[in-house]
Amino acid sequence: MSANRVRVVVTGLGATTPVGGDVTSTWTALLAGQSGVESLNTDWIDSVPVRFAGTAAVDPTEVLPRPESRRLDRSEQFALVAAREAWQDAGAPEMAPERLGVVVSSGIGGITTTLSAYDTWKERGWNRLSPFTVPMLMPNGPAAWIGLDLKAQAGVHATVSACASGAEAIGHAMDMIRVGRADVVVAGGTEAAIHGLNIAAFAAARAMSQRNDDPQAASRPWDRDRDGFVLGEGAGIIVLESEEHAKARGARIYAYCAGVGYSADAHHITQPEPEGRGIIMAMTQALNDADVSGLDIKHVNAHATSTPAGDVGEVQAVAKAIGSHPLVTSTKSMTGHLLGGAGGIESVFTIKALQDRIVPRTINLDNLDDGIDVDIVHGANRELPEGDIAAVNNSFGFGGHNVTVVFKGA
Amino acid sequence: MAATEQDILDGLGKIINEITGIPASEVTAEKSFVDDLDIDSLSMVEIAVAAQDEFGVEIPDDQLKNLKTVKDVLTFIQG
Repeated sequence: MSANRVRVVVTGLGATTPVGGDVTSTWTALLAGQSGVESLNTDWIDSVPVRFAGTAAVDPTEVLPRPESRRLDRSEQFALVAAREAWQDAGAPEMAPERLGVVVSSGIGGITTTLSAYDTWKERGWNRLSPFTVPMLMPNGPAAWIGLDLKAQAGVHATVSACASGAEAIGHAMDMIRVGRADVVVAGGTEAAIHGLNIAAFAAARAMSQRNDDPQAASRPWDRDRDGFVLGEGAGIIVLESEEHAKARGARIYAYCAGVGYSADAHHITQPEPEGRGIIMAMTQALNDADVSGLDIKHVNAHATSTPAGDVGEVQAVAKAIGSHPLVTSTKSMTGHLLGGAGGIESVFTIKALQDRIVPRTINLDNLDDGIDVDIVHGANRELPEGDIAAVNNSFGFGGHNVTVVFKGA
Repeated sequence: MAATEQDILDGLGKIINEITGIPASEVTAEKSFVDDLDIDSLSMVEIAVAAQDEFGVEIPDDQLKNLKTVKDVLTFIQG
């Protein structure tokens, strides 16, 4: 690794999640162990076996002006809300637009728009469709709208890789800055997939919890009685910047975005590879890329979605690739699983954990499953040590995509 | 049964406010969509779609491009 390689810092954070409408309220809720999961009351609810989800704490249409929100898919609404928060948090730098980029993705795209537009077309005819239907359903829509909002011209990208999309976006954003294509990149993930069809489809894949009698206890990573993931919605966006650019403008630096690792399982389209080879490879590459050792990593915000197959395999891979010492948590126990948004919000949480030196507990973890020999934070939040520390955010997706991002404390 | 010109103007004002955020009170007969209200061609399509639902009058694309002012739309809807 080149000693004079461009270093990338995080200078802004934005989030809208099932537990809060911004970063501060979300982080406060997580430290309080609050679940954002609730029963759903919709017209399709009797046609699906799962009747709860992590709906956004603040509806984006309450935040955005009506003329704007009506042209946006809900995934785009979340993305814009979080991106604007992150941009303001970074001090809204005045800069050359050709040096500003955007990498933001969702896992599923504008699915609710696609479905409602289909209904409109079939029931009322093509000429009743909004002229904005295509930009509402296209998967690059969230990135494109943020790019328009910020006048970003260095490149606007959408890195679609199912539930790894948000983390992959942050990795690519870091790479854009490292190779000199941009000084600042707004990056993260968004998702708005709480719809009967998605729930039916994930349930058909036998991936979702059906704990309808106790929704807030349904997302329970590593617990012996977990029975699948809980769908959440929202967005997490961060502002990445070259250290030189950030320091020149006197920006507050939250953390270093120090390294990224990507791999693909090449094993099965939905099932994790049982030996965890792919995720070990992603974590190992990320540590090497960040030039840190396993012992430097004090915290892991795990992918752990509360599925029987994935949770234990991930931490066994963590033990092999990093060690048994980091404080491991799954914030999905509170937010649910935001699919393509997960890597975005969980990068925000990883950075907040480094900044405040505290790891929020995994809730609902009553009986730790067998085969786990890492330090999983549950029961109470735990403090991170003083000094130089680093942390990892893992995100894995259907298709066998594995992404690990390493952040270092500022 | 037929809507008065004021009824149509009020309905149009509501639609334009919903789509563009322009206050309904600014939607007056003499205003040009492009020059006065800064409404682009795709927004005009949105307005036409909403007006079709509101007033039950189809506005074909080849007619839509001739509707330059609020008055033009009022006249078109009144047939």
